This record gives sequence, C-alpha cells and structure tokens, in this order.
Amino acid sequence: MLAYLIRRLFAAVVMLVVIVMVVFGIFFLIPKWAGVDIALSFVGKQADPAAVEGVREKLGLGDPIYAQVWEFFKGIFAGRTYTGGGDSIQCAAPCFGYSFRSEQAVWPVLTDRFPVTLALALGAAVLWLILGVSAGVLSALKRGSLWDRGAMVIALSGVSLPIYFTGMVALSIFVYGLDLFDGQFVPLDESFSGWFGGMILPWITLAFLYAAMYARITRATMLEILGEDYIRTARAKGLKERTVIGKHAMRSTMTPLLTMLGMDLGALIGGAILTETAFNLPGLGQAVLNAIKNQDLPIILGVTLITSLAVLVANLVVDILYAVIDPRVRLT
Amino acid sequence: MTAPLHEPTAEAAPSPAEEATVATADAKAVQGRSLGRIAWERLKRDKLALSGGIVVLLLVLVALFAPMITSILGQDPNEYHENLIDPLFGTPTGSLGGISGEHLLGVEPVNGRDILARILYGARISLLVGFLSAVVAVILGTVLGILAGFFGGWVDSVVSRVMDGLLAFPQLLFIIALVSVMPNDLLGLTGSNVRVFVMILVIGFFGWPYIGRVVRGQTLSLREREYVEAARSLGAGRLYILFKELLPNLVAPIVVYTTMMIPTNILTEAALSFLGVGVKPPTASWGQMLSSAIDYYESDPMYMVVPGLAIFITVLAFNLFGDGVRDALDPKASR
Repeated sequence: MLAYLIRRLFAAVVMLVVIVMVVFGIFFLIPKWAGVDIALSFVGKQADPAAVEGVREKLGLGDPIYAQVWEFFKGIFAGRTYTGGGDSIQCAAPCFGYSFRSEQAVWPVLTDRFPVTLALALGAAVLWLILGVSAGVLSALKRGSLWDRGAMVIALSGVSLPIYFTGMVALSIFVYGLDLFDGQFVPLDESFSGWFGGMILPWITLAFLYAAMYARITRATMLEILGEDYIRTARAKGLKERTVIGKHAMRSTMTPLLTMLGMDLGALIGGAILTETAFNLPGLGQAVLNAIKNQDLPIILGVTLITSLAVLVANLVVDILYAVIDPRVRLT
Repeated sequence: MTAPLHEPTAEAAPSPAEEATVATADAKAVQGRSLGRIAWERLKRDKLALSGGIVVLLLVLVALFAPMITSILGQDPNEYHENLIDPLFGTPTGSLGGISGEHLLGVEPVNGRDILARILYGARISLLVGFLSAVVAVILGTVLGILAGFFGGWVDSVVSRVMDGLLAFPQLLFIIALVSVMPNDLLGLTGSNVRVFVMILVIGFFGWPYIGRVVRGQTLSLREREYVEAARSLGAGRLYILFKELLPNLVAPIVVYTTMMIPTNILTEAALSFLGVGVKPPTASWGQMLSSAIDYYESDPMYMVVPGLAIFITVLAFNLFGDGVRDALDPKASR
C-alpha cells in the first residue's frame, strides 16, 4: 500500500512536470516559431527598445526554455527574485510569478479563485452521482416502463445539450422569468444563503450533463449485472430483493462508474470553464480563459498546475476507492 | 458507451410456423450476408436510429448547399438590416426576435443579420470540424492502437502511458490554449480558415486516445485467436496479419467509436467558438452566436434559442444514429 502510494505520487510529479513543459512549449515555442516577441507583447506595441530589454532580462525571457522552466519550479518551492531594468522584486515562496498584464502576483489569484471552482465541481459531482446513479438503477429495475423510457429520453437530451446553453436557458427561466434566484455570485464568507442561491443553478446545469451520462451507463451496467449467475444465486438463497440489488448488484455497478469518474475529472475542468463563463462565476476557469485571450502566461501556468494537481489527487482517491469497493483489486 | 435508448419491447413471439419460415429464409440468405449487410438489416428496423440518420443526412445536405439555399431565400449571412432594429434597445423590432416572412428565424440584435442564413452557414463549420477532427482521431488512434496491441513490449508501454496522460489532462484547457496561440497566417491559410484547420488538428489530437484504447484492447485479444495463429503457422508475415487478419475485425468498433465521437467534437467546436477562440467573426458559427446571445437572454431570448436548438438537434441526431450503429454492429446484441 505504501509502496503503491509512493509510486503513484512519483508518477503524479512526473505528470505535473510534463504538463508545465507542455504549457511552456505552447506559449513560448509556438509564438517564437510564428515570429512573435513575447517581451514585446508584455510591454505593449509602442514600447521603447530599452523597456522591452528590461522586461526580457527581468523575467528571464532571453534564457533557454529549460532554464526558464527550472526557474519557475525553483520559484514555487524557494521563492524567486526578479532583477533587471533597474529594480528588483522579491517574490516569496510559493512564487508563481506575476501576471504579465495586471502585474499582480499569481498565487493570491489562485487561492482566491480555487474555492469557487472547487465548490462548483464538488457540488455538481455530488448532485450528478446521486441523480444519475439512482435514475439509472431505477430505469434498469423497471426496464421498458414509462419511467425508464422517460428517463432515458431526458438522459439522451442531456448528453446532447451544450452546458452553456442549458445555463442560459436556466438563467432566463429561473432568474429573469420566475425571479427565483438573483443569478449573482456572492462569496461564501459574505452570506451562506446568498452563496447557495448563486451556486444552485450552476450546480444543476453542470450536473445535468454528467447525470445524463451516468444514468445511461448505470442502467446498461446494472442490466448486464442482473443477468449474472451470482445474482441468481443470491436470489435463490432467498435473500431479500433489497439486499440483492443494494448490496450484491450495486457493488459491481459501482466499479465501471468509478473508472468513468476518474476519467471525467479532467473533462470536468472544461465543464467548469464553460459553466463559469455562462454564469459569470469568478473561478479558475474564468481566470484562465481571460489569461489565454491575453497570452498571460504566468496565470495560465498557475491555473493549469493547480487544476492538474487537483485532477491527479482526485484520480488517486478514485483508485483507492476502487480497492475499497472491489475486493479483487489489490493496490500493488 | 451507453445503453440503447429503447429495449426490444414486448414483441409477440413468432408462432412456430412463422419461425420455421423465418428459419428457412435465413438459411437461404446465409451465404453472402456480410457484417455490413447484417448491421444494415438491423439498423433498418431501428426507427429512432434511422430518423437520427435521416436528420444527419439532411444536415450534411444543408451544409453543402448553404450558399444555394440562402440565395434562394434571398438572404446573405453577413448583410446588415439595421432598419429592423429598435434603435433604443438594439433588439429586433416585431415579435419573437423579428420573425417575418422574409426572415424566417428572425434577425440578430444590433446589426440585424438574418439568423437562418447564419445558422445554415454555421452548420458548415460545425460539421466540417466535427467530421474531420474525428477522421484525425481515428487515423491516429487506429495506427497507434494497433501498433501498441500488436507489438506489445515498450511500444505498448509508451503508447499506453501517453494515452493515460492525455485522458487525465484538462483537455479543453489545452485545446483553448493551443488554438489561441496559433498565428493568424498559417500554411497559406488566413483568418477563420486557420482557426478551422487548427481546431480540426487539435480536437482530433486530443480525441485519439479514446479510439486508441479500444483498438489496442481489441488487437490484444484478437492476436491470440486461433485464426491469427493459423495464418502465422501458414507462414503469413506481420504485415499480412495486420492488414488482412486484424484490421477487418477492428472495423466494427472503429465505426462505432467514430459515430460517437462526431457529436462530441461538434460540441467541442461550439464550446471553443462560444469561448471566443473558435472561428473569427464575421464567419458564422453556432457557438459564437450563443456567446453573443448571452447579453440578450432577457431582451431577445429567440436569439439564444435558435443556435442552441441547432446544436441540440444536430448532436441528438448523431447520438441517436450512433447508438443505433453500435447496437447494429454489436455481435452480442440479440434482436
């Protein structure tokens, strides 16, 4: 178990390094190849050459890529000092650098926005697991019934709707039409009810897509498992139907669902970007989208690292849950 | 990926006499019934899948002939009709977003461009990117999946690690990043064409692991089958086994995953355009229309509903058709 954890953590670190190098590659090599000077895009179009040189020196943009990647990692653990252009700035660890555009430090931006995205993703995940799995199980048990068909039609529509369109329709019905919520984001430390009211539509919107997918998978898996011999054996032993479904069938149904959950976490970040845009939530997704439009590399690097780290940690949790649910799985 | 929408309902069991005639008919037809033929027979009986397929076909035709259709309707996707706009609010005059005999789906706020014409032209972008990026993903996924499954060893380890890595990536983030840093001129292409080209490549690149995993798994199990061993014992070379023995048996899963991938890719293209990193204005695209509609969801809801429904209907049709194709090609499906 310990050896497994260490190996997984090592793999996660390798993955993070690869991700940082890919992001550096995207934002440094492609513009270089296209003939765009990054220092120039930082200072502005009509900057004098001395200022451009100052920026280049200060941010180390003239150094080779590997040196820049190294400086970046060193900054996270040990802090970093920017010198050049006549002054020097001390950036304490964890230093993710300064935004190219607003010249704000990146780390506080990340810590400000991470909770919003985390709350969005976690709330939606809880909602979709409860809704999707129960709808799928009910459909499988009442196969062919009106409920089954209705649920599956809704589920198929759910996987065919773009999140942001669902979000806009939800906004125009519940906020503008019925005036049930005010559709504004309120920070959690200001008012819980305000925060909850602002998050409920984004949660439902994001969860709807995934609930639909999970309902379809749960139904298919459950149907397959109900045909297995061990279910017949359990019934033949005279176990209550509740025990047969709830304990024996559910346990096997959960395994493929967990696999999916692990794979969907990466995609969930995409869903969060779209949901945050549709509902104007101040989360990481919104921050990174603005940063990408402005080619603001430090923010993009920071957000990518934090979200990738979250995805990797969540995947590790999923894998450990695997062993808990399925006794045949050994973590070695 | 998912369950068939509708299970075989309580169809009356055929009487013994009917069964007998069916059996003889089957016996006659046995020679020359290829997998494609069996699948087509099954697909024909699946009404939902068939209607999905018809909608897909119509959409393809609409996209191909968009310029002709719009010129017959007397509209142009980029022509302004500012006389139809309320100068005070910037929204279309008239009810339901300015629907009239001339503008069948109304006009856009502010500049009054014809929505139907823009939807028709938007279909071209959606389908083009959806199809071609699926092609890119299928080619990459099939080649790498077969190589990994067939050769095993370090080839397999490398390909599998790369696939795991790509699947765990926050993909949309990287697609946005890649599309947004691309220069404005590339390989002789300019403007929106660059974006379309880059979107096809990037979406295809992030899609191949889904197909690659399936192909690898299938190849792994197929290469141990007796018929492959028989071919090998007869002295068949690696290439012969790859192309003549393995590939034909991989066609079914590849077709299934391709039909399922197209709607996902269409949604990704729409999402990119919605986020402002897709095609550039004034080129019409559904996602972009939705993103400008976000400011008018109170005053002109029709502007948001039309492109939203266009995406929904397209993706739904592809999903229905894809489900049907999967059921038809699945040898385990007993209908």
